[in-house]
Amino acid sequence: MAFTTMVGAKIKRREDPRLITGRATYVDDVHLVGGLHAAFVRSPYAHAKIVSVDFKEAKAKPGVFAAYSAADLKAAGFEGSMPTAAELPGLQKPMHPPLALNEARFVGEAVAIVIANDPYAARDAAEAVVVTYEELPVVIDMEKAAEGGPFVHSEIGTNVAYEMPMKLGEVDEAFANADLVVKQRIVNQRVVPCPMEVRTMLANWEPGPAQLTLWASTQIPHLLRTNVAMMLGLNETKVRVIAPEVGGGFGAKLQFYAEEFLVCWAAMQLGRPVKYIETRSECFQNMTHGRDQVQYVELAAKKDGTVLGLRMKIFSNLGAYNYMLTPAIATFTPMMAPGCYKIPALESHLIGVFTNTVATDAYRGAGRPEATFLIERMMDLLAAELQMDPVDVRRKNFIAESEFPYPIVTGLTYDSGNYEASLAKVLEVSDYAGLRAKQAELRKEGRYLGIGLSTYVEVCGMGPSAAMPAPGWDSATIRVEPTGSVTVMTGVSPHGQGQETTFAQIVADDLGVPIDSINIIHGDTDKVQYGVGTFGSRGTAVGGAALKLAIRTIQEKAIKIAAHQWEANPDDLEYKDGKITVKGDPSKSLTTAEAGFIAFRGINLPAGLEPGLDATRRFEPPNFVYPFGAHICVVEVDARTGEVKIVKYVAVDDCGPIINPLIVEGQIHGGLAQGIAQALFEEAVYDESGQLTSGSFMDYAIPHAEQLLSFETDHTATPTDVNPLGIKGVGEAGTIGSTPAVVNAVMDALAPFGVKHIDMPLRPEKLWAAMQPKKNGQVHA
Amino acid sequence: MIPTKFEYAKPSSLDEAFALLAEHGPDAKLLAGGHSLIPMMKLRLAEPEMLIDLAGIPGLTGITVRDGRVSIGAMTKHATLAASEELRQHAPVLFEAANALGDPQVRNRGTIGGALANGDPGCDYAAVMLALDATFTVAGKGGTREEAASSFMVGMFETTLSPEEVLVGVSFAAAPASAYVKYAHPASGYPLVGAAVVLSMNGDAISEARVGVTGVGDHAFRAGSVEKALAGVRPSDRTALEGACAGSAAGVDVRSEPAAGAGYRSAMCDVYVSRAVLAATRG
Repeated sequence: MAFTTMVGAKIKRREDPRLITGRATYVDDVHLVGGLHAAFVRSPYAHAKIVSVDFKEAKAKPGVFAAYSAADLKAAGFEGSMPTAAELPGLQKPMHPPLALNEARFVGEAVAIVIANDPYAARDAAEAVVVTYEELPVVIDMEKAAEGGPFVHSEIGTNVAYEMPMKLGEVDEAFANADLVVKQRIVNQRVVPCPMEVRTMLANWEPGPAQLTLWASTQIPHLLRTNVAMMLGLNETKVRVIAPEVGGGFGAKLQFYAEEFLVCWAAMQLGRPVKYIETRSECFQNMTHGRDQVQYVELAAKKDGTVLGLRMKIFSNLGAYNYMLTPAIATFTPMMAPGCYKIPALESHLIGVFTNTVATDAYRGAGRPEATFLIERMMDLLAAELQMDPVDVRRKNFIAESEFPYPIVTGLTYDSGNYEASLAKVLEVSDYAGLRAKQAELRKEGRYLGIGLSTYVEVCGMGPSAAMPAPGWDSATIRVEPTGSVTVMTGVSPHGQGQETTFAQIVADDLGVPIDSINIIHGDTDKVQYGVGTFGSRGTAVGGAALKLAIRTIQEKAIKIAAHQWEANPDDLEYKDGKITVKGDPSKSLTTAEAGFIAFRGINLPAGLEPGLDATRRFEPPNFVYPFGAHICVVEVDARTGEVKIVKYVAVDDCGPIINPLIVEGQIHGGLAQGIAQALFEEAVYDESGQLTSGSFMDYAIPHAEQLLSFETDHTATPTDVNPLGIKGVGEAGTIGSTPAVVNAVMDALAPFGVKHIDMPLRPEKLWAAMQPKKNGQVHA
Repeated sequence: MIPTKFEYAKPSSLDEAFALLAEHGPDAKLLAGGHSLIPMMKLRLAEPEMLIDLAGIPGLTGITVRDGRVSIGAMTKHATLAASEELRQHAPVLFEAANALGDPQVRNRGTIGGALANGDPGCDYAAVMLALDATFTVAGKGGTREEAASSFMVGMFETTLSPEEVLVGVSFAAAPASAYVKYAHPASGYPLVGAAVVLSMNGDAISEARVGVTGVGDHAFRAGSVEKALAGVRPSDRTALEGACAGSAAGVDVRSEPAAGAGYRSAMCDVYVSRAVLAATRG
């Protein structure tokens, strides 16, 4: 049979049959004998002193086993704080107790945990807990919070958690020499991650072996294990974390939640398994939110469109506490603000602010969508000011293909790129010239078509350890079993990214093993060597790179074994079409399976070579990777209602060579849906008292299929030399590229009304208001 | 879903249902399709101790057209209405509302009677029933009574249905020139504006119009001034049509929410009513 190349093939995801037929095991599908259920008492106030917690009535309810408040944790000897991994100069790190201690600082913060024999009894009992609160002043608006009190944490006397100033290049000179300066205040609104599976967890303490097992819906099983062990003072080898099927995370499960600690602690107290499956309402209130920045931006340019410099003051709303990466997320924004452009000078002042809201943290893109939106809006505003085509302004400032690797002014070095190629392709595929002609024609009929462009570059494949708040490497183990099956253990923790398929494709090609004989194991700290997890579009760019290194080690050993059988020099052998052969002589060959069996049997091995054919390797990325692309969105805005209809969306993305086009396309589609939704629909709103008024799917608009359209996707493929696969990440690119394309399109549609900028989400009412004739016959500016 | 504790009964006759209602009083709730009640129970905003499922009672489902009159059983599912060729022909306004309502899962469980009896200010059918000038049949222990749709709806989640009564059906005269057009909330799918129009035409001019509006005020209403103004209007004359539809929500306490403030909603009410009129003339 001819050798079939798997890498590059459109192979259906091996994960899907079990997922779409309901045969997958999620945390809630794990049932342990004697299992108990937790419910939480949560603060109804955004800021309140906790005067007393009375469990008397709750504990008298049927089926109730225990109830604990912060005082009970303290009495049992626990006084710790939830950790943050973020390290920034001068960062304020107020205490973050797992149960609110003395004060609750956002609506939904856990005040007490109640354990009962079923979820209904637990909830009934939680409702019977009497908490006496004394309301305290609330601060919600991040800009007001930065100015002074009331303080979220009165003990630190400020709401400013950190400030990150940067002044790079000759900024003052750039602005002094500019022909024009474009200014805009941009709100990148708060959004809610909304994975299909909410936060779920099950802890089991086995007193005999003194072993704790935590099943958790997490993106980072090993980091979670380390943190749980540290918080509980347990030997790390006695803690096992299992991430079974995880129903989406989008960054919000790159986290160590207080609830995860508490179910472990309670299981140890009670000697019984404790499960907690939050409700969707709790998920809205308590899972970390994303984005939430206010940006004051100034762009200095010459009349010909050349950008000279960028100035920014950015407020980042951190919420009430520093969660795992809360303060670090927004630091990507100024770092990546130059985008695809040669911007020689940049000044930024980033201010992280505490407010009485749930914490923000990683959310698909995590700091980079905010950067891309900022610069892509500014480029369009500049184009409008100069009456230039947005395409030309971008071309004027692009980093050229020949200039890579390109160090940008903020200190990052873009690995590789060809921005002109992706732009040219999107213009061609979308028939940009034709679209502009159609737009002009429709305007005569009073119809408002808008064409929006976004040319983005993002930073991912997180990342070099020195540049990360956690280790940046990842790991892979390959084991060739006696029968020739191959077991792979990956340190990344896929939860929708499809690496059970793509990793098997890579192994199938390189080791010549049928794809069905390859099993990819992940998400269990007792099975898999330490790994860092899945986030920051790193699964394949880092985890896959480690796999590639392990493949090379296996190949080297298999070649030594083959050479010994043939009394040949290993240097004369090579892997070709998945088999070991003598270079230039295909008549003799040995398969990986055959080499594996020889290694297993332990005879006929070269002197000094250990039996067994397996390898564990780690990949430490020398740099991030920088995928890029160009998106065009076409909208029609109904002048009578302000409703937006997306009539065309073309995405040309470059994530380097593609392992599985179906999976890449799927990642892009999902990213586009989320990015478009931020532009048009999604917004987490807290009222002045700190109540989340968009706390259900009745109010919070994630996109419905009917609100979107059939996307057109295409690719260019520019390899990177950062990793041995030459690939870049693709998990977040769609989200990053799409939001500005949509907003630019709507603003383009509204240009005849003199509209320059409207903040997201672009609700029809806002657009309608902007399109209304003013009383004096003028239109709104 | 973690509701408070409740009992469940599935009576096989209306009399059994009445007996259960009498026994449990205000602690009992009727379960028709459950697509409003169950989410409320999930959020513990409704905590009935007894759920009386009407699904086991025969004779409460189906669509009948006889002598130009359409009758629909209260337990008829949205999906049945949304797939009914008879309805598409005789009352497109209701056919379109059923298709515009919820999503496939909701349409496969929810019922027309449940939706109307709930009195939700965003009930799509409420506008349709007003435009159709429908009659509701309500059964109680003492027998059945008939009530006009217009008097049935009283306020937000408020109807004239007493706690011991069951809405068993609706009926109306066939209305082939009719349409329902909806401006849906981007998240919930409920109407920010739902406009139902039933027309009688005299050539290409409107001789009589009935206009029902839902989602705008605290309950559905007839846009009386628009109905008057539409008489004699040729819908092909867009200026005249839009003029007649202006002020469709006048006098109504228009609801305001993040997805649509009151001023915007009033303006959209005019737009969607005019679109519904146009749609009704296409038939």
